[in-house]
Amino acid sequence: MAFISVRDVVVEYDGRRVLDGVNLDIEAGQITVLLGGSGSGKSTLLRQILGLEQPKAGSILIKGTDITRCSPADLNKIRRSIGVSFQSAALFNSLSLADNVALTLQEHTALEPSIIDLIVWMKLAVVGLADFGKLHPQELSGGMKKRAAVARALALDPEILVLDEPSAGLDPIVAAELDELILFLKETFQITALVVTHELPSAFRIADRIAMLFNGKLLAVGTKDQIRANQHPRVRQFLNRVPDGPVHAPALASYLERYVQSQEVKR
Amino acid sequence: MANVLEIAGRETLSQLDYIGSLNIQLWATLRGMRAALPLVGNRHRWRAAVHQMLEIGVDALPMVALLAMCSGFILAMQGASELRRFGALHFVIDLVAVGFTRELGPLLTAIAVSGRSGSAFAAEIGTMKVTEEIDALKVMAFEPVEFVLAPKYLAALVAVPCLSIVANLFGILAGGLFMFFSTHLGLLLYFRCVLTSIELRDVLAGVIKSVAFATIIAHVGCLEGLRVRGGPEAVGRSTTAAVVRSTFLVIVADAIFTTIFYFIGR
Repeated sequence: MAFISVRDVVVEYDGRRVLDGVNLDIEAGQITVLLGGSGSGKSTLLRQILGLEQPKAGSILIKGTDITRCSPADLNKIRRSIGVSFQSAALFNSLSLADNVALTLQEHTALEPSIIDLIVWMKLAVVGLADFGKLHPQELSGGMKKRAAVARALALDPEILVLDEPSAGLDPIVAAELDELILFLKETFQITALVVTHELPSAFRIADRIAMLFNGKLLAVGTKDQIRANQHPRVRQFLNRVPDGPVHAPALASYLERYVQSQEVKR
Repeated sequence: MANVLEIAGRETLSQLDYIGSLNIQLWATLRGMRAALPLVGNRHRWRAAVHQMLEIGVDALPMVALLAMCSGFILAMQGASELRRFGALHFVIDLVAVGFTRELGPLLTAIAVSGRSGSAFAAEIGTMKVTEEIDALKVMAFEPVEFVLAPKYLAALVAVPCLSIVANLFGILAGGLFMFFSTHLGLLLYFRCVLTSIELRDVLAGVIKSVAFATIIAHVGCLEGLRVRGGPEAVGRSTTAAVVRSTFLVIVADAIFTTIFYFIGR
């Protein structure tokens, strides 16, 4: 059975359909990459999977529990098995890095402070931030914040790690370092991961399976090779980085003409 | 005409929606408040509440004291200039004592706290929304109401009445200083007169008002923060809205309470 099963999920914002009958299985022990352009519905799908929003229709099963219909207590129980690293890192600025990582351990476990301390420094060491635990998020670079967010996500030894745009806004070297970190976590802890990204090199480096979204629909799901061989025009356009079309020159000329005329009338 | 009615209807619905949201948030916070209480609650929330109490109360103390002193002087001087004409200068003591205990102490404190802490609540929670920290709390299996709102509300409930009492003391002290310099009335005698002029119900009325003001300031600040959509400019707007709305609602609530106490006390 898949770790996460998304079944016929429909999401609408003000009558506008953002996800249209999405079906997706996320298998245990694999890195699944959710790929798609801006506005394709990646982040919306992620918010449904995390239970941050309710879909208009459909169901999302995590370890067999439908999170769209379960009680808040059951949802919180499931959430403790999920580690999430947000696109903006979402670290608590009032807390130091170590306190950010320690927060869930202090609140959701009965561990001794000395044990928590040990776990925190271990998690920070895994992401290469063992020397920076006393710093606050605002004192870190973008890449360090993302790594710290991963350390916080790992605090409770989650069964699945969810990473939203881990390499967005980072330089290629730091982005590649994060990719290696994700692969290292998978190999070392046999972790299941769901990574949302629109960065092609990163997706093809880390993915076991790739799911591609376009306009709220899943266009293709498969291994890296299957996606590379996919002949759907939109998949080809995305992989080959082909723009939708040039700026329409006559329309631009007509707009400029109307603008000049309106300025002359004003005078 | 239809357009005016349409705008009026839309505004009415929007204000009703706001009041409804405030009430829902208030009940949710009251339900989550147990977690912020000492001994029976979560020690991290209680620690956060104490931290908030220091920020709302102790940090605002010099400002509220100064504000109360200035207002005490103003009230005493304005009162004296009129009462002197009727040979009733001693009524300045009653004016300052009763005026501050029932009215000015809680109101001045509420306005100061609204400007300092109400706006800070909106900015803090608004920034947490923009930077996905509220979402992070949810996915970490924390309840944002219990984690963020309950400690702030508990802190406001404790700090605002305490600050009001401090404002009363400093306002009345200012009246005493005025009386000392203008009539050479000793401070000890002045305070004895103050104690005879105010009753327990005056003090209670002030405390009840300040609890209501604390509720308004904390919840308007938090709600404005939670309603932030978009980027940093939305946080700025929410901060302004928190101060404007909470000051307005505090004055409306004050008018309602004063009317109730007026009819009860007749």
